Amino acid sequence: MQSEWITDRRDAFCGRLVAVDGKKLKPSVGSHFLVGPLISKCTYRPACTERSVSSQKSIIINWIDSSPKLLICTSFSTSLISVEVSNLEREIERQRVGKMVVTTTIADSGENLCCTFASRYVRTSLPRFKMPESSIPKDAAYQIINDELMLDGNPRLNLASFVSTWMEPECDKLIMSSINKNYVDMDEYPVTTELQNRCVNMIANLFHAPVGDGETAVGVSTVGSSEAIMLAGLAFKRKWQNKRKAEGKPYDKPNIVTGANVQVCWEKFARYFEVELKEVKLKEGYYVMDPVKAVEMVDENTICVAAILGSTLTGEFEDVKLLNELLTKKNKETGGDTPIHVDAASGGFIAPFLYPELDWDFRLPLVKSINVSGHKYGLVYPGIGWVVWRTKDDLPEELIFHINYLGADQPTFTLNFSKGASQIIAQYYQLIRLGFEGYKRVMVNCMENAKALKEGLEKTGRFDIVSKDVGVPLVAFSHKDSSNYSVFDISENLRRFGWIVPAYTMPADAERIAVLRVVIREDFSRSLAERLISDVEKVLKDLDALPARVSGKVAHVTATVEETVNAEIGGNAVVKKDVKAIEEEITSHWKRFVDRKKMNGVC
Amino acid sequence: MVLSKTASESDVSIHSTFASRYVRTSLPRFKMPDNSIPKEAAYQIINDELMLDGNPRLNLASFVTTWMEPECDKLMMASINKNYVDMDEYPVTTELQNRCVNMIAHLFNAPLGDSEAAVGVGTVGSSEAIMLAGLAFKRRWQNKMKAEGKPCDKPNIVTGANVQVCWEKFARYFEVELKEVKLSDGYYVMDPVKAVDMVDENTICVAAILGSTLNGEFEDVKLLNDLLVEKNKQTGWDTPIHVDAASGGFIAPFIYPELEWDFRLPLVKSINVSGHKYGLVYAGIGWVIWRSKEDLPEELIFHINYLGADQPTFTLNFSKGSSQVIAQYYQLIRLGYEGYRNVMENCRENMIVLREGLEKTGRFNIVSKDNGVPLVAFSLKDNSQHNEFEVSDMLRRFGWIVPAYTMPPDAQHVTVLRVVIREDFSRTFAERLVIDIERVLHELDTLPARISAKFGLDCEEIKSNGSSNGVVTVKKTTLETQREITTAWKKFVMDRKKTNGVC
Repeated sequence: MQSEWITDRRDAFCGRLVAVDGKKLKPSVGSHFLVGPLISKCTYRPACTERSVSSQKSIIINWIDSSPKLLICTSFSTSLISVEVSNLEREIERQRVGKMVVTTTIADSGENLCCTFASRYVRTSLPRFKMPESSIPKDAAYQIINDELMLDGNPRLNLASFVSTWMEPECDKLIMSSINKNYVDMDEYPVTTELQNRCVNMIANLFHAPVGDGETAVGVSTVGSSEAIMLAGLAFKRKWQNKRKAEGKPYDKPNIVTGANVQVCWEKFARYFEVELKEVKLKEGYYVMDPVKAVEMVDENTICVAAILGSTLTGEFEDVKLLNELLTKKNKETGGDTPIHVDAASGGFIAPFLYPELDWDFRLPLVKSINVSGHKYGLVYPGIGWVVWRTKDDLPEELIFHINYLGADQPTFTLNFSKGASQIIAQYYQLIRLGFEGYKRVMVNCMENAKALKEGLEKTGRFDIVSKDVGVPLVAFSHKDSSNYSVFDISENLRRFGWIVPAYTMPADAERIAVLRVVIREDFSRSLAERLISDVEKVLKDLDALPARVSGKVAHVTATVEETVNAEIGGNAVVKKDVKAIEEEITSHWKRFVDRKKMNGVC
Repeated sequence: MVLSKTASESDVSIHSTFASRYVRTSLPRFKMPDNSIPKEAAYQIINDELMLDGNPRLNLASFVTTWMEPECDKLMMASINKNYVDMDEYPVTTELQNRCVNMIAHLFNAPLGDSEAAVGVGTVGSSEAIMLAGLAFKRRWQNKMKAEGKPCDKPNIVTGANVQVCWEKFARYFEVELKEVKLSDGYYVMDPVKAVDMVDENTICVAAILGSTLNGEFEDVKLLNDLLVEKNKQTGWDTPIHVDAASGGFIAPFIYPELEWDFRLPLVKSINVSGHKYGLVYAGIGWVIWRSKEDLPEELIFHINYLGADQPTFTLNFSKGSSQVIAQYYQLIRLGYEGYRNVMENCRENMIVLREGLEKTGRFNIVSKDNGVPLVAFSLKDNSQHNEFEVSDMLRRFGWIVPAYTMPPDAQHVTVLRVVIREDFSRTFAERLVIDIERVLHELDTLPARISAKFGLDCEEIKSNGSSNGVVTVKKTTLETQREITTAWKKFVMDRKKTNGVC
């Protein structure tokens, strides 16, 4: 017999026992039966406690959470029992733990009868901020979480991110079978460690590290490029500190020179490790670091200049070769030896295949370390990055930890410790499965699709393409005429079709420009590209039919206001006028809108 | 060329993987191969090579979870391609993370108002969590010293010598001096009295460990709190406490609910816990929780305009998978308080079974305590003949990975074997392990004892060498031991002219 226990409170509780299978509850003295998931076994006894009234019955119930509660029946009919529960002492709970095993099984078997959506778990809301008191069946937990996650965006349609969202099923199998391996237990999992070393060597080789025969490359796997960058930055900082100490000079004001287009993790590195970040400003139409300006900013406290191979914003490669030349000259003049780090997070797996002639890596003498994200064009799921040093000398020995951890000597240089080993195995899979040839083909495909998308967008005649043809395969484009609606509106509207295309403003000094960015990943096929173009066209058509968004208009006008204020000091009058102008414009827009008497569903 | 490629590919698909040429040629190990190989072959080659790794389930060295329910595996695989930092794109995943943070904060009795959200983040592991917490303490201390016009260039942190290596890492990378409270024989955790003695004006925090890595013991956080409150009153400082509950954080609330170690103690400002230890999730998840917003300096939080949304973040890593976060949420709601308690009680029961079994052999001293993280640390009563490293090595033959290691400085003449009892280490396993250990002991007894005398000497050497180059010596010794074991075995086999299956 199956019944449901309905309640809202666990302690001192009142509830009803309802027969759900149509049979009537007819408990007799000493009978026990299943009563749903919470209570597994009830034994009715005649009233015997002081708290019960003579006509009432009390029930001893074993809860599946192993703590017996005393239920006092306050009213009783064939289908309804109201009861009160009093907590027994902890001691008694512990003594009766033995009974628990049996009762749990009963509860489970009772539950297995229900389909997940017929159980009470989909009906009650889960506590969101406190751990629930009792367990729920695994299928119910799975279903609840799985269903809630349906509301997340579809990773495959997320065109915002460089991060791989698809791998071959064979690799999925490998990942799943090694998901319980801990990467740091190198002693226990020697093959995994070996695979990591092979990856490091292959990547170092790809970047032309001057590794002799029989020598191994110096590098580590990380969780992502953020960790890689922090490790590289830390190595530069420590090397610079050591040098300054040896020269007897102060070493408390290190700085690092980058373009303003760097990813946020450089800023993070600077703030957390107390290094000043000197940013080379961008300007309109030139969205990468200018090597000339960068070298000008270098001083004796500069621990390194960071160049980006594949700017996050436009995918453009910075001119590392020129930077190297200028810096060599400056170093000669000043007697310093400021090195270069290349942040090749997105470009590191593109340049070697598509632009093998481009000098950006260890072929340039001042490049001392390079980081690359395995989870971007390394074609692995998120959670893997690499950092490779030119030689052993570029990585101060004092940063390396040789630890006697659980039986083996482990040299490590990481910020994280325990982590899964599956991403490393997946990276090795991709490297040997695809080989140079395979990677090249994937990258060529991406470039082709990027080109197709770019041409399609140009054909609409409504966009300026900001990204370059050479670089990371992405298309960044801004709206030619943003007076009526902005790229943010386009981005929002594309969501309706399932596409996640981010819109964002450029960094300081070019922040007037807002762009949409589509990253072309391996799994973004030609048909998806064509589909996206037609959806963008559809969105444009819809938006054209709409009056300008109030907010979009205001933002636009505010920008103008700022400009005018900057230009003339007596800007107050202008501002006022502008506000008036806004009001007028908005009114006229609305009027037009109402006049047209045409609305579409989205409104 | 394209044509011929296609032809050769169709050719390849006809063969079984092991009939193809790919298993015959050796893959380049240090250079990327020039050509692609079929996916089946790549899978088979890697899969087969990985067979030589130890079996994670039999790895008793690690606290890290090696088993989860198939339902959870399914969830993880489905979300493996979700990038955790794309919060704008995956709002539900972000929401699940926040729920986990709040659940854990409540579990640790964080003083939160009704609708107040807890302050904490999901990390890759406790290492990242500890660095973030340490960084927050350091910045807070710096700000305070700057405000008082005092120098802020010599921060230090007080811990026991039994801390995990990541504290040392934090100290070295973030330029904080690590002041370690020395251990003594038979007392392998931080002594709160000594720790408080070491606290000075430049101490950014005292780190207490709930569940020492070495023997699973809980440190007395309550006493530390009381002593430190008194000291703070006397000196006018406000040295806070961090609790490194990497392994104990998911144990104490369930089986020792009365133990005060968490935010119930006023000086405890932050706690880290490893979701991938007794949080029962696969490797790659940790949590750090702060008592209140004030304990996390605002300047460390990054509000970034990343791809369209404002994202407040405080992490050292950026892109990472989100499956672990989802798995943690699964475990929290699937098991609930009740389920976690049952799991922990089972672990504890199995630990007692194993301990009793080992005691019954009469050959071991049990170093771990009954209260604490469920692990059994034990050393040989008589290691003049054979030592713990030999036992560990011999157990590998049976498939068990049981690490042997020396204690930290000042107790380093003690070598222990450690067995971690995880959720998936059942009673049968425990009984089986005892039997296998007995077998190993029996076999060792029949071995010549010459080796261990030599080893004893080496141990002496380590002691005299001190801690600085101790590691190197240990390495040598292990190598030497292995060599000697090999020669001993050779001799043993030749003498007796009898081999058994395992050899």
